[in-house]
Amino acid sequence: MVSSVTRPASGIAPERRKAAMGLLAKATRHELDEAWKALPQRPDAEPVRGPETGLVMVRGRIGGGGQPFNLGEVTATRASVRLDGVVGHGQALGTDGEKARLAAVFDALLQLPEHAPAVERLLADIAARIAAEDARKARETAATRVDFFTMVRGDD
Amino acid sequence: MYVAVKGGETAIANAHRLLADRRRGDRSLPSITIEQIVAQLGLAVDRVMAEASLYDRAIAALAIRQSRGDMIEAIFILRAYRTTLPRFGYSVPVETAAMQVERRVSATYKDLPGGQLLGPTFDYTHRLLDPALLQDGPVEQPLQRDGEQEPVMRVADILAGEDLVEGDGDLPAGHVPGDLTREPLEFPMPRDLRLQALARGDEGFLLSLGYSTQRGYGNNHPFVGEVRMGEVEVELELPELGFAVSLGRIQVTECQMITQFKGSAKSPPQFTRGYGLVFGQNERKAMSMSLVDRALRTAEFEEDVVSPAQDEEFVISHADNVQATGFVEHLKLPHYVDFQAELDLMRRMRREHEAKSTEEPGEDVLEAAQ
Repeated sequence: MVSSVTRPASGIAPERRKAAMGLLAKATRHELDEAWKALPQRPDAEPVRGPETGLVMVRGRIGGGGQPFNLGEVTATRASVRLDGVVGHGQALGTDGEKARLAAVFDALLQLPEHAPAVERLLADIAARIAAEDARKARETAATRVDFFTMVRGDD
Repeated sequence: MYVAVKGGETAIANAHRLLADRRRGDRSLPSITIEQIVAQLGLAVDRVMAEASLYDRAIAALAIRQSRGDMIEAIFILRAYRTTLPRFGYSVPVETAAMQVERRVSATYKDLPGGQLLGPTFDYTHRLLDPALLQDGPVEQPLQRDGEQEPVMRVADILAGEDLVEGDGDLPAGHVPGDLTREPLEFPMPRDLRLQALARGDEGFLLSLGYSTQRGYGNNHPFVGEVRMGEVEVELELPELGFAVSLGRIQVTECQMITQFKGSAKSPPQFTRGYGLVFGQNERKAMSMSLVDRALRTAEFEEDVVSPAQDEEFVISHADNVQATGFVEHLKLPHYVDFQAELDLMRRMRREHEAKSTEEPGEDVLEAAQ
């Protein structure tokens, strides 16, 4: 039974939503705060769950690619909100409840066609910032790459 | 035996107030911030996270500040903190092959895809005190190198082609990874549970055990196939959505140790492997863990248990520094009644001994002569 107050998610493809939620998790609190303030109209978000902080047991794989084992826990915070009839979920490493709540708000807004373009702009900004940081780090690491050369021994 | 004794409340309260004063120290100096600890004592933070088995840099830094830099105390505080939080679930296993690599070195291959990437390492420093650090002078920006970066291939995959090295660890089909935070330890234990215990084990203890295998107590002749350090994605399955979502990235250090193995009735001669995976940047711990992991695999390779590092119950039971410090440090708590009982016993034994020696002086002399 579909609840009368819950609109079905607007046909958003799971891969797109997964990528969006992953970016929102990696957003800084500042990025989310600023994007929220910049919205022309800010719909009321009603809390459904949380924000609550808990633990996720991180798994590794034996030998790097074998059977899973439990490596250790990480703090994570999650929140769910209902906004204009859709439910958004936010979750991220750490203990920042407001960040998780804002991530949930943007996840909900992404499902609303009238708000999706603004969320897409935010996502593009986050992705660009992460890509730039990764590229800088990769270039810094590349500068520490060893360039072996062989000493040629003279025969004469 | 403990007995409730009243009367210490004021002394305890005053002691804690004194501790708070000593922790803060000279008030004319600025208080160290959490951000400063995370940024400038990052490897201390990493060690606390690894051995507390809880990844959260800000909280680990807070614990370090609260514990005045006593690492095991900080680890203890973090362990206590984690018990206050609900468990959301188990992550999708992190993929170290897809790591955003900040360092990767191999001692077995000089030229390998991805290259030898030194990253921010103490290796090749001269370990000379740097008087320049007495001042807060400017620090140069790191150099950058442009160009296409090739994928950093796993050494295990390079070797796998020849079938001369064992594969990544397999366990029986349907095996559910054990979780020592949920189940009491039982010996012998499967390798996955051992790795969880080693990953949170005391760095010094594992370092010494790893060292002991190199010195001949454990039949190892290891090579570092590779050590890599960098960030991996942590994904959690969300049942309400039906797919896994990234929560962000964590930094880990991984070590693949490769050891010669002459073969047994079950297996041909091949290289075997030990595995280390640790939160944060800590390759000493990852390397030690991989040495001890290999040493503990005696049953798989039909090796005799002849050294401490091969003794699973000994190693795993004593690797946890929170348990160890709890049991050692409890000795300073009041044992007044225990000791009174022992004192009475000792007096009685002494009286009996003296009575005996005055009765039969000859026998004692004879015993001493034997």
